Amino acid sequence: MPVSADPFAAPRAANGRAPDVFKRGAWVAMRQFADDEIVDFAVVGTGAGGAPLIAGLAEGGFSVVGFDAGPYFRPLEDFASDEREQEKLYWTDERVVDGANPLTMGGKNSGKAVGGSTVHFAMVSLRFRPEWFKSRSALGYGADWPLDWREMWDYYTRAEKALSISGPVNYPWGPKRPRYPYRAHELNGAAVLLARGAEAMGIKWTPTPLATVSAPRGQSPPCVYRGFCRFGCSTNAKQSQLVTFIPKALRAGAEIRDLAMVGRIEMGPGGCATGVHYRREGRWRFQKARNVVVAGYAIETPRLLLASATDRYPDGLGNSSGLVGKNLMTQSNQAVFGTMAQEVRWYKGPPSLAITEHWNYDDRKDFAGGYCWMAQGPLPVEWVTIQTSSRGLWGQALRDEMEKYNHQVGLKMVGEMLPDERNRVTLADEKDQYGLRVARVTYSWGDNDKSLITHALGQMQISLEAVGATNIFRQENDTNHLAGTARMGDNAATSVVNADCRSWDIPNLWVCDRSVFPTTGGVNPSLTITAIAMRTADRIRALAARGEL
Amino acid sequence: MTERYPGYDVLAKRWTQSWNEQTRRTIDRRLAMPVEPRFFSPAEWQTLGAVCERIMPQPKERAPVPLPAFVDQKMADGLRDGYRYAQLPPQGEAWRRGLAALDRAAHEADGAPYHRLLPERQDDLLRCMQRGELTGEAWGGMPCEMFFEHRVIPDITHAYYAHPVAWDEIGFGGPASPRGYVRMGLDRRDPWEAVEAAADNGAAARRKNARVG
Repeated sequence: MPVSADPFAAPRAANGRAPDVFKRGAWVAMRQFADDEIVDFAVVGTGAGGAPLIAGLAEGGFSVVGFDAGPYFRPLEDFASDEREQEKLYWTDERVVDGANPLTMGGKNSGKAVGGSTVHFAMVSLRFRPEWFKSRSALGYGADWPLDWREMWDYYTRAEKALSISGPVNYPWGPKRPRYPYRAHELNGAAVLLARGAEAMGIKWTPTPLATVSAPRGQSPPCVYRGFCRFGCSTNAKQSQLVTFIPKALRAGAEIRDLAMVGRIEMGPGGCATGVHYRREGRWRFQKARNVVVAGYAIETPRLLLASATDRYPDGLGNSSGLVGKNLMTQSNQAVFGTMAQEVRWYKGPPSLAITEHWNYDDRKDFAGGYCWMAQGPLPVEWVTIQTSSRGLWGQALRDEMEKYNHQVGLKMVGEMLPDERNRVTLADEKDQYGLRVARVTYSWGDNDKSLITHALGQMQISLEAVGATNIFRQENDTNHLAGTARMGDNAATSVVNADCRSWDIPNLWVCDRSVFPTTGGVNPSLTITAIAMRTADRIRALAARGEL
Repeated sequence: MTERYPGYDVLAKRWTQSWNEQTRRTIDRRLAMPVEPRFFSPAEWQTLGAVCERIMPQPKERAPVPLPAFVDQKMADGLRDGYRYAQLPPQGEAWRRGLAALDRAAHEADGAPYHRLLPERQDDLLRCMQRGELTGEAWGGMPCEMFFEHRVIPDITHAYYAHPVAWDEIGFGGPASPRGYVRMGLDRRDPWEAVEAAADNGAAARRKNARVG
């Protein structure tokens, strides 16, 4: 069996070829561009936002180079069934966190790999509630999006098809949607208990729409329920960007540059970006480009825009509104856990096989925003993190609790937190290994956030009690997912980009990732990011056809 | 102590369809962890060893998982978490300062280095650290409870529960690629999963666990 070289040692996408992610040691052809060749688009980041855009632009005939700071993994060779080994998928460069509720980064909220954090995401693929696109006018909180939900509904359908989402025939909440492309996965013990709890409470539940295939698709085999889903999928059942839009982008003629950290966007005298400075193979290089798209997620995107400040743009690029880096949002990710008499063995299968979105669609609440909750299946290292951080256990008391592992059950929320300009990304003075100033991430929960969390913890506890769980405890301090540091809007004074993800200030600068979200909704974000990226590709093609690029 | 999963050995699955080549390489490296420090000084190493024994006590009947060595490896190789609380210095500096300050606290309280204290006294000082009650110049402004929560606890307990010995204790299936699992529902066990000892019959579980593979 061939052993491929270390993915961190040197770029794999080089010499006219890129790794074939579906075959050991194999390659696919890749078009390449010279640094001094002016490409149509330089896209910084290859995750849920970058990859669909790179593919869509290349298919539209544009010359495109996608940059990623992380390596180009070969899932069949590089992904071990092991929690610690898989930490190599995370963005572990230094970041400083502060505020009243500092964010946990690293394994949460970040990926450093071609495919971005979709390589290790838990595959939950949900649509926004339609009203969230107009949450200020329809629901009275947050900010309105410049997008129409009916148009998004169409892009969701296309994204679900592109990722072969496995889900139920009928989804219990919201407007009609087509049946999911692949059948729902069977429930594991943890999901069965979520369903029983919901039924006891008289609220609806459903198998979770997931981006892992329940039947063969192309070169992806069906999911084998190995359970290491918050890590790299070693069988390619998971429909990450690495095995979906990235191969599509290569076929369409895009170039991907792995181990390529973009440190600065260069501005020309005419007020347009002229390309990106990036570090690869130990030296700084410059790629000329007609357009620059930043798709680095809600920390790295504002970090790059701020770090690219010039005399003409002293506060960073695209920042005439002053909002770059502000309105950072995370999602509440609290949980309730308990012990069952039965064996649950929650390590089997995807961790979140069942969901209830009841409180995203029921507005009889005394706070703004919504939340869902899902079944849980933490592996041992994550489980000990929960036990120690939530209960302060150590010593023999910790060992005794850990032994109950196979009897544990849990419910975990994904909840909406409100935008607040005080929650933000700025540049710290200290520098990282590239010589770039590291991000400082400041976060404090607001009163509404706390009310929502309290409500959710109470509801989840009722559900666990209803199925007979004992020894119940709460994980009160956890958040996940990021958004909001380059929000979209229909007014240049109150947003960073317009509905097409185009900078109001610099016409050839774009942002295409979750930074553009004005609000965060009460569901996992990746499907919405991908839908927006697919829309942005269409919009750019339409603008180009009209000569408005 | 009665074993919950008597005779279960996750390593027995090493050559089955539950382990692939990259997983075998990963676990082999973990099991071959050198026990000599590369990062910590001899004095720090002694204190760290005592702290590990209190945070994660291990049964006397088997060789201990070398927890100090895993902490040392993380520091020596600079394996970062990806974020740092503004009140804490970089991880290696935090450990050096925290261990020295704990040792100082032991001298001040009991007139002896931390690793020479009785286990109960060692626990007392760890509890003080957890509650934020240790102060003084040696901490250099680092809040001791944050050092405890964000360095001591995760660096030690993560190393332990990433080890196959710990998986045996809690009945975790361990590596599972390419085979995965088939029996998904409540109270269902695949033949390659650990058998829990019933209250009255550990021997039966032991017989079944010998066949797990």
